[in-house]
Amino acid sequence: MAKPRTLYDKIWDDHLVDEAADGTCLLYIDRHLVHEVTSPQAFEGLRMTGRKVRHPEKTLAVVDHNVPTTDRSKGIAEEESRIQVETLAQNAKDFGIDYFHERDKRQGIVHVVGPEQGFTLPGTTIVCGDSHTSTHGAFGALAHGIGTSEVEHVLATQTLIQKKAKNMKVQVDGKLPKHSTAKDIILAIIGDIGTAGGTGSVIEFAGEAIRDLSMEGRMTVCNMTIEGGARAGMIAPDEKAFAYLKDRPRSPKGAAWDAARRYWDTLHSDDGAHFDRIVTLDGANLPPIVSWGTSPEDVMAITSLVPDPDKIADEGKRQSKWRALDYMGLKPGQKMTDVELDVVWIGSCTNGRIEDLRNVAQMVQGKKIAGNLAYAMIVPGSGLVKEQAEAEGLDKIFQAAGFEWREPGCSMCLGMNPDQLKPGQRCASTSNRNFEGRQGYKGRTHLVSPQMAAAAALAGRFVDIRNFAG
Amino acid sequence: MQKFDVINGVAAPLNIVNIDTDMIIPKQFLKTIKRTGLGKSLFFEMRYTQDGKEIGDFVLNQQAYRKAQILVAGDNFGCGSSREHAPWALLDFGIRCVISTSFADIFYNNCFKNGILPIKVSPEDLKKLLDDAERGSNATMTIDLPNQEIRGPDGGKITFDIDPFRKHCLLNGLDDIGLTLEKAAAIDTFEKKNAESHSWL
Repeated sequence: MAKPRTLYDKIWDDHLVDEAADGTCLLYIDRHLVHEVTSPQAFEGLRMTGRKVRHPEKTLAVVDHNVPTTDRSKGIAEEESRIQVETLAQNAKDFGIDYFHERDKRQGIVHVVGPEQGFTLPGTTIVCGDSHTSTHGAFGALAHGIGTSEVEHVLATQTLIQKKAKNMKVQVDGKLPKHSTAKDIILAIIGDIGTAGGTGSVIEFAGEAIRDLSMEGRMTVCNMTIEGGARAGMIAPDEKAFAYLKDRPRSPKGAAWDAARRYWDTLHSDDGAHFDRIVTLDGANLPPIVSWGTSPEDVMAITSLVPDPDKIADEGKRQSKWRALDYMGLKPGQKMTDVELDVVWIGSCTNGRIEDLRNVAQMVQGKKIAGNLAYAMIVPGSGLVKEQAEAEGLDKIFQAAGFEWREPGCSMCLGMNPDQLKPGQRCASTSNRNFEGRQGYKGRTHLVSPQMAAAAALAGRFVDIRNFAG
Repeated sequence: MQKFDVINGVAAPLNIVNIDTDMIIPKQFLKTIKRTGLGKSLFFEMRYTQDGKEIGDFVLNQQAYRKAQILVAGDNFGCGSSREHAPWALLDFGIRCVISTSFADIFYNNCFKNGILPIKVSPEDLKKLLDDAERGSNATMTIDLPNQEIRGPDGGKITFDIDPFRKHCLLNGLDDIGLTLEKAAAIDTFEKKNAESHSWL
């Protein structure tokens, strides 16, 4: 009998082009997503060496990081951003790659666009010059971020030089309590394993709480695998994944769909497959989570107190956590529910999908954001998410509550466009990174779920949504 | 790509854990369409005040470390985004070698594509190297890739492991794409086979 294999083992084996004696492998890449920030130098490299894109049809380009979220009909005002966007447009044209420009309604954050278009498929290898490529693992794909040199390598050869990673499983059992979400699952896991906990591994998420998640929720979990140090996260595809992909523009159709389905049904870890490490999380008792520091591992239950770094034995770690508290303007022992906010930001490749927006709308319908906020902003993950939200009237609910409703893109998740925090501003954000300066110079980011962000917008401070009436 | 053989230079200590790619090179500098010119913006927020003045305390602003070629840093260096601008900025500043107990996977990979050697050492060795680095320009270190050794100012020696293929590429400044294209026949064969077994792709 064949040796039991994990989902990662199976996809790896099916994409192995060559393996050298020392274990260095050449892995075939089925799908390559390209955006404007990490690709210009790769295309420049191809030009300098006279190389072509081996498979333009396996490549999809879209602008997302630099685009303003205000009216774009008159172009992009900021010169450097405009040049980068124009460079991608030109490169896509010169090398024959499909490209969604900033006024195309299919434009959006690359990790929202891939699944929406059915470009993301189970069992495929997917890469992009962006660390949140792990998102696509929600469909049972092996998907991870790469650097610009590797972008050039994939463009030229449709392969990547790799060594096989370790297998790690994160098992989340139990049914989630009413107000806990996919975001709370992944934040709690990162808090547990640390930001280097998954380094060198591919994580498979399993268990009842993961199975119960929608595809949007699964994408949220896989999206932040990288914050736990693992380049790729994945979930075995099931009927929910297949239903999501059926009839998408680039999904297989007819007999091709049936053939794909037969293969997709084999995409799960076999009984007895070996995992190098297994971590468990009790989903049934998971509280809403909020981050307090400047690393995604700095998380706590909304009801906990800000931790005391002096309790850490290691000097380097202790000083780093003091540095984080100082940056965040917080003190050990403080209650997070006492912390007042300046900004609420909802969006990103983590939480900018239709389900996220529906959850926010449900909480803020008929209510108003708090007067102490400078503003609260909602940025849909793509033009199609925006269109759907508007068809459901969500934009009206948001605007009536006092939220700004913007054009799609990465926006304030990393502030490459004009959406940025001012120094000292404190933000409840549905994004994925609370690094120093991430959302703006000296800006203070707290990572939360969309529901927690919505409640925080109404209260003007963090609240425990389990007993919040609005 | 520049070859890496043996370098001898000043090592700068940066004892912070989880130094992320936003700290190494913030987003406003990712708008470039070139690989060069990022050195002056390396560690921007730690290195400059908001009005662009140097922060004297920051290690790379101190006279002894302005020409550092080696960086000794806390655990999990380079976590965060995939931006290759991080190694580009280090290289443009003049850093050819980063030493830590651990590195984020994507950053680690990106270093090798740019002639930078990331070295993993034990927590005990890191402590020793941080102490050595604290001594400023009086204390240079030698990074000897062929022999996989770090030699300290007092003759102390630490050996390190490195993947043989990565070592070979660094020593010879090899272009990955050129190497892969030598295997074009294997890629062709894979694609033919795959077109039958995964016809929907």
